[in-house]
Amino acid sequence: MSWGAPEAVAAVMLAALVLYALSGGADFGGGVWDLLAFGPRAAAQRRLVERAIAPIWEANHVWLILLVVLLFTAFPRVFAAASIALHVPLTALLIGIVLRGGAFAFRQYGPPRPEYRRRWGRVFALASAVTPVVLGVVVGAVTSGDVRLAGGVPVGGFFASWVGVFPLSVGILTLSLFAFLAAVYLAHDASRLARDGAGAGAAAAGDFAPEVARALAEDFRRRALVAGAALGPAALAAALTAGPGTLHFRAALLGSPWSWPLQILTGGVALGAFAALWRRRFALARGLAAAQAALILAGWGLAQQPYLLPPDFTIRGAAAPARTLELLLAALAAGSVLLFPSLAWLYSVFSRPAPRPRPRAG
Amino acid sequence: MNDVMFARGQMAMSLAFHIVFAAIGVAMPLFMVLAEVQWRRTGQADWLALAKRWAKGTAALFAVGAVSGTALSFELGLLFPGFMEHAGAVIGMPFSLEGFAFFTEAIFLGLYLYGWERLRPWAHVAAGVVVAASGVASALFVTLANAWMNAPRGFRVVDGAFVDVDPVAAMASPAAAHEVVHSVAAAYMATAFAVAGVHALALLRAPAPGGDGPGALAAGALRAFHRKALGLALAVGVPAALLQPIVGHWSGQRVAALQPMKLAAMEWLVETRAWAPLRLGPLKVPGGLSVMAYNRPDAVVHGLAEIPRADWPHPLVHRAFDVMVGIGFALAGLSLWAAWLWWRSRSRAPKADASGAAPVGWADGRRFLWATVLAAPLGFVALEAGWVVTELGRQPWVVYGVLRTADAATPMRGLVVPFVTFTLLYAGLGLAVTAVVWRHVASTLRPAPPAGPRAEHGDHDDHGDHEHHDHDHHDHEHQDEHGPRPSHAEDRGEGRGGEDP
Ligand code: HDD
Ligand code: HEM
Ligand code: HEM
Repeated sequence: MSWGAPEAVAAVMLAALVLYALSGGADFGGGVWDLLAFGPRAAAQRRLVERAIAPIWEANHVWLILLVVLLFTAFPRVFAAASIALHVPLTALLIGIVLRGGAFAFRQYGPPRPEYRRRWGRVFALASAVTPVVLGVVVGAVTSGDVRLAGGVPVGGFFASWVGVFPLSVGILTLSLFAFLAAVYLAHDASRLARDGAGAGAAAAGDFAPEVARALAEDFRRRALVAGAALGPAALAAALTAGPGTLHFRAALLGSPWSWPLQILTGGVALGAFAALWRRRFALARGLAAAQAALILAGWGLAQQPYLLPPDFTIRGAAAPARTLELLLAALAAGSVLLFPSLAWLYSVFSRPAPRPRPRAG
Repeated sequence: MNDVMFARGQMAMSLAFHIVFAAIGVAMPLFMVLAEVQWRRTGQADWLALAKRWAKGTAALFAVGAVSGTALSFELGLLFPGFMEHAGAVIGMPFSLEGFAFFTEAIFLGLYLYGWERLRPWAHVAAGVVVAASGVASALFVTLANAWMNAPRGFRVVDGAFVDVDPVAAMASPAAAHEVVHSVAAAYMATAFAVAGVHALALLRAPAPGGDGPGALAAGALRAFHRKALGLALAVGVPAALLQPIVGHWSGQRVAALQPMKLAAMEWLVETRAWAPLRLGPLKVPGGLSVMAYNRPDAVVHGLAEIPRADWPHPLVHRAFDVMVGIGFALAGLSLWAAWLWWRSRSRAPKADASGAAPVGWADGRRFLWATVLAAPLGFVALEAGWVVTELGRQPWVVYGVLRTADAATPMRGLVVPFVTFTLLYAGLGLAVTAVVWRHVASTLRPAPPAGPRAEHGDHDDHGDHEHHDHDHHDHEHQDEHGPRPSHAEDRGEGRGGEDP
């Protein structure tokens, strides 16, 4: 197929989805590990999660907003159709997003009484675990080819297109992916804290004494291995339960010129991430886990082509007028000149080890 | 109520909720940067304490603004897919630009909050300036979208489809300029008077000046702290409030030209007539509405009777307009009072001594302080009322003259369920936010000096809580204890969160 403005916007949307999964998705995964914190270091695990998420989750969250905004600007009919047919799961998704973000903020800024913090911490953790499943259900329904309107109302009603084993397995796959990413990132954070702490004394690592940080790295390494191992069966379940509406999707995933290179690359990166975790090469594991997630989503996006919402809406057919798309692409280009350096600054400031005491200027 | 009414109700509720946090997100960063700049200039610890406490407030409320705004972007589709299907290509542009403003705001707020020790002073101030500027940019872009709904441009309708779409022309709607200026001024005004009210109350409750000994010293320091906060809030709020009626008058003229039936609903003028009066509660100004709309008392103003009864907007538009205008004049009056007090203190009183702790502040009069306390919520009431005027006054249209609200609503039935769900959700969030804000305000009102007279330390105001949570340092508080100087190496967000037993 030819490449034009509609495809370019769709590609940007896929990139935004990948970035959302790698950043915002991992923040949700962090909440999952808050929910599943156990053992003698449960409190320390929760603190590590909170510490990792707090400065960046709002920025990470904007990828999702960008995705929605791009969808309704560039493909308004798809936005309208999906909003109608998937009204119920999208509403559930919203409630999850609102509760997760609100609860996190209240726990952080509210009265620091333990019961108060525990209550909001629970809401935060539960919402973090449920929301990715709902997000996956929406993605699964979009993939299933069952989201269709006839005369402005959904074919089969407001439930048929997303209530089913296939969307649910995609939901579970999404949850495992986010949890996996979060565990790998957290293992890496903890191992760095352990290293900085060993070098510069406990103060540099904050509340985390080096031995605690080391033990936390082990905790999350084990969790990452488990979540990573769960990815396989979850993906298999999704593949086995896919219905007839996904025929095009499956054919493209398996029979395109890019299929086998992509599959082999994804498999290789996944094995690499596993091996790196096994050998405690946490920085490498983090890079490979992120690459694995990105490749999975890229494969999904490529196989969806030329559809945006199969079977009725293709990228071409549903696109907004050319003038809108051109302006949008220009705005995206200008915006990224602003955005990426700022993001890089944010991440670099907060991933640097402890700041050296600096003489006060002025 | 039918499904369309529930959809409208849910949309209205979500917007009314979001706009509070949006307004704070526009204005609060300005206060926080101004306080930091004052600290860098004067070295007075009070300013640092203020900058930190305002930054903390901004952060807590920003999160709620972010989630409620996310809800809105989905709800546009969930509740009014017919609107988005047509309007998306036309006004998606400002929303996309707004996305970048959100990114900038979120990124630089993160840098500002967690970067006190990690950024150089100028970089830290610059990060704060970027937060303040991107807040205004968000308001600008989203208001452009709203202006388009009131005065749609940049497309033609052919057989129900929008063709010849020109997003640039759509953003340059003739309703854009007044709405943007009026809304941004409203955000500054509402937030400034709310902040001013809190610190005025704190001044009223502070121990009286006079006497000597350490107690008097502490009381003097406390008053100096709150005077600084009050002065800064009024320095933003007073000019905005004096400007607002003028901008409102401009808005009225634009509405008269662009949406005559909205204007008629605002004053509930049924018959078209010259010398149309302006009614403010019991007050009736003959020719007032004619002046507001066309600058001439004898100008003819169109009445509602020109359109079918079924298309009349809801009479609430009229009530809301009265509330907004009444508050607008009340706050402008209070601002004149403040300006006069300030001017008088300039010409009469000796200049404040070097510490900035003048024995008597220019705004120390109890009557003025009480008036300021009473005015605290009014800006937000006017803000909400103004949006009711704009949105409800546009009915029955969602895109004025082009698309009816009822035709844009979702075919989904049973919308009472999400309506009730979101009502409960927002009620819960509202309660939780109130608790957080209350704690913030209560710690401000607690009559312990927030900063020692010349202490190098920052913010001590939260110490009361530490009794309950020895291990539970919140990181800002924690940083505050170390004052402006990085006293030891700290790691990111170190010490945040508590043991979760
Ligand atoms: C602090 C808040 C505040 C205050 C004191 C005022 N307004 Fe206002 N007004 C708003 C906050 C606001 C608002 C919430 O920001 C609105 C909604 C849409 C907009 O552009 O601004 C608004 C809308 C709005 C509109 C409708 C604009 C439209 O639909 O395009 C008019 C005619 C006025 N205002 C007029 C006035 C007048 C004559 C005032 C006299 C004092 C006044 N406003 C004070
Ligand atoms: C700036 C962007 C805004 C957009 C795109 C927008 C969009 C909409 C839409 C689509 C509706 C439903 C259709 C209708 O009833 O006309 C609506 C209704 C409404 N909006 Fe807005 N709105 C905006 C700003 C605001 C703000 C900031 C407020 C204030 C708090 C507000 C208050 C309302 C109210 C009260 C209604 C309900 C009207 C009714 O009951 O009929 N709007 N808006
Ligand atoms: C005139 C009305 C509005 C104004 C002035 C406004 C302004 C703002 C501001 C300043 C923020 C930053 C967050 C904060 O400080 O709390 C924000 C957040 C947000 N707003 Fe609004 N907004 C308005 C209406 C809307 C509408 C109608 C939508 C959606 C269609 C919307 C979507 C959002 C979203 C998605 C966010 C979250 C951004 C983030 O995560 O950082 N807003 N808004």
